[in-house]
Amino acid sequence: MIQVQNLSKSYNGTAVLKINALEIPRGQSFGLVGNNGAGKTTFFSLLLDLIQPSTGNIINNDVLVNVSENWKPFTSSFLDESFLIGYLTPEEYFYFIGDLRNQNKADVDALLVKHDEFFNGEILKNKKYLRDLSKGNQKKVGIIATLIGNPEVVILDEPFANLDPTTVSRLKKIIKELAENPNVTVLVSSHDLQHTVEVCDRIVVLNRGEIVKDIQKSPETLQELETFFAV
Amino acid sequence: MIQKFLYLEWKAFIRSASFGTNLALKILLGFIAILYAFILLMVGIGAFYGLKKMNLDPLHEVNKFLIYYFLIDLGIRLLLQKIPVMNIRPLLALPFKRPTIVNFSIGKTLLSFFNFLHVFFFLPFTIVLLIEGYDVVSLILWHLAMFALVYSNNFLNIILTNKDNVFAVFTAIVLVLGGFQYYHYFDITTYTSVFFDGLFNTKWMFLFPVLALMGLYYYTYVYLKNNLYLDAGLSSKHEIAKTENLTWLNQFGTLGTFLKNDIKLIKRNKRSRTTVVMSLLFLFYGLIFFRENSHQPEVMRIFAGIFVSGGFLFTFGQFVPSWDSSYYPLMMTQNISYKGYLSSKWWLVVIATFISTILASFYLFYGWQVYLTIVVGAIYNIGVNSHLVLLGGAYTKTPIDLAMSKGAFGDKKAFNTNTMLLSLPKLVLPLLLYWAGSSLMNPNLGLVFVAIAGVLGFSLRDKVFSLIEKIYRTEKYKTINAYKQKS
Repeated sequence: MIQVQNLSKSYNGTAVLKINALEIPRGQSFGLVGNNGAGKTTFFSLLLDLIQPSTGNIINNDVLVNVSENWKPFTSSFLDESFLIGYLTPEEYFYFIGDLRNQNKADVDALLVKHDEFFNGEILKNKKYLRDLSKGNQKKVGIIATLIGNPEVVILDEPFANLDPTTVSRLKKIIKELAENPNVTVLVSSHDLQHTVEVCDRIVVLNRGEIVKDIQKSPETLQELETFFAV
Repeated sequence: MIQKFLYLEWKAFIRSASFGTNLALKILLGFIAILYAFILLMVGIGAFYGLKKMNLDPLHEVNKFLIYYFLIDLGIRLLLQKIPVMNIRPLLALPFKRPTIVNFSIGKTLLSFFNFLHVFFFLPFTIVLLIEGYDVVSLILWHLAMFALVYSNNFLNIILTNKDNVFAVFTAIVLVLGGFQYYHYFDITTYTSVFFDGLFNTKWMFLFPVLALMGLYYYTYVYLKNNLYLDAGLSSKHEIAKTENLTWLNQFGTLGTFLKNDIKLIKRNKRSRTTVVMSLLFLFYGLIFFRENSHQPEVMRIFAGIFVSGGFLFTFGQFVPSWDSSYYPLMMTQNISYKGYLSSKWWLVVIATFISTILASFYLFYGWQVYLTIVVGAIYNIGVNSHLVLLGGAYTKTPIDLAMSKGAFGDKKAFNTNTMLLSLPKLVLPLLLYWAGSSLMNPNLGLVFVAIAGVLGFSLRDKVFSLIEKIYRTEKYKTINAYKQKS
């Protein structure tokens, strides 16, 4: 589904990301872990064409992302609050995204009903604009919005951060369910090794912009990662 | 302590994303400032001798109109003078004393050009009076009183900025007072000139403005200090939100999707709401030029014609796509066509221009020629300027902070000197065309020229849109990066 070739990004001569080759097959749930500054967000930003690669490129479902925009219809993402429109209510935001992804109101409503539990009664019909929601609740809205319109690639940057424990376990359920669909490729980045291991079939460790580990999940994976990151 | 603040200010200035444009605008502003200072200087010196020639007591005459001088000054400040914006949140938990933070914010406004400007009028005028043998002590006290009033206005501006629609109310008051005086119904100056004359004649009366100034300073200080909390002046008010579906816009497809969003954008953010109020005020701009005894040159009529219907265009259109800056990454990763996005903004501007033109029909009172000028101005706005603002906007990389700017320390003036300066180039071409037509034959030919330019521009719409689209694409990464910075 996603091929990365000779990808690098450097600022003023300092390389912050360098991936020679990476292939993520369709339907995989892919976890990206690493310390701060390892290049996780940089990689996702490149994948979404928010920044330009210094060398190389990324192909998303046969589309060269920095040349064509045809990856947009089947790719959805939530990186940070700049993916939310502050002056809309959550409902309006969902319908807006729905409009953009050719979903009618009924489709969106059905999705919202399905995730009612995840919202925990704090999102819908709360008479608040997105800008007035707490960070955690904003995140809930952003994550559910990525599910609108049956995307084939879902990209979530640090989805577990800022969420309360109950919501985290609900989110893990949602991601696992998403990963079960053989047509959906999920990409998740996180600092939390345990959560990532739990929801992903494959885990890649980035360190200072380079891939240092590429593991298919096995019962020993968590142990292996913890050893790697231990000082 | 203070040098720490100055250090932060300096860094904020030179490291802002729009540093280049800021600097250029500052230089241009500097020139304009010098020009105005010079004009005031001339008025300051000339006023005395001019009035003397008319056998009037210059000081008394000036005192008579000071009420308008200060009212208009306050009006201009409310419109243009920015109130202090400092990134205060990170400072709160650091070892800075709260009074220091507040006083620095206030101090910043004291250094504003809007205060210094008055030196150029009052100082030469006072010196001339001294030379002409007016009482020295009285003069100095009068002078002192004047500056107390100037600075009172400075504080009034800070206090009033946080109230809604003050400017509109204010303009209405000045217009009504001026109108009454003009038609001799009621002359406010007969009452106020007693006060201003008293400032000169009665030695202790200067204490009134000075005390007023001190009171206002104290009020501002307390007001800002009390607001220096995360849940007070630094917070954003939580409005009660209501979901609006605006389903009637669904029939316009993609265009409708964006229009829905833009309507909510304008309705729910103070900064964008102000643009609507401003465009209503622009409607009355023509009154300066179209009065029968107006002393403005003939060519300036087209200038007014364009401004009357162009308020929204200049205040809103100029900042596309900055209005969407806070969620620009979303727009860039969603399934959005630039074309749909642009046409939605274009339609918004066109609809607003159209409504303004209809509302401006009261100018028919001044004759059909005047209204025709306005209609031609609107045609030019729709055909040419609407494209120019979108084109210029593609290069404007100043993020607009919609959500945060609600507290007492936020800047929420949608219309500022930058807006004005950016508007001027859009008026040069029609001015030239009109002038060419007028000098070749008559003003009507000038109007025809301008209208033709408008229609031509309109027919090139698709070309211009694809050009803007290209710019959006090439500027994409720079724009995303610039919008990441909060102003």
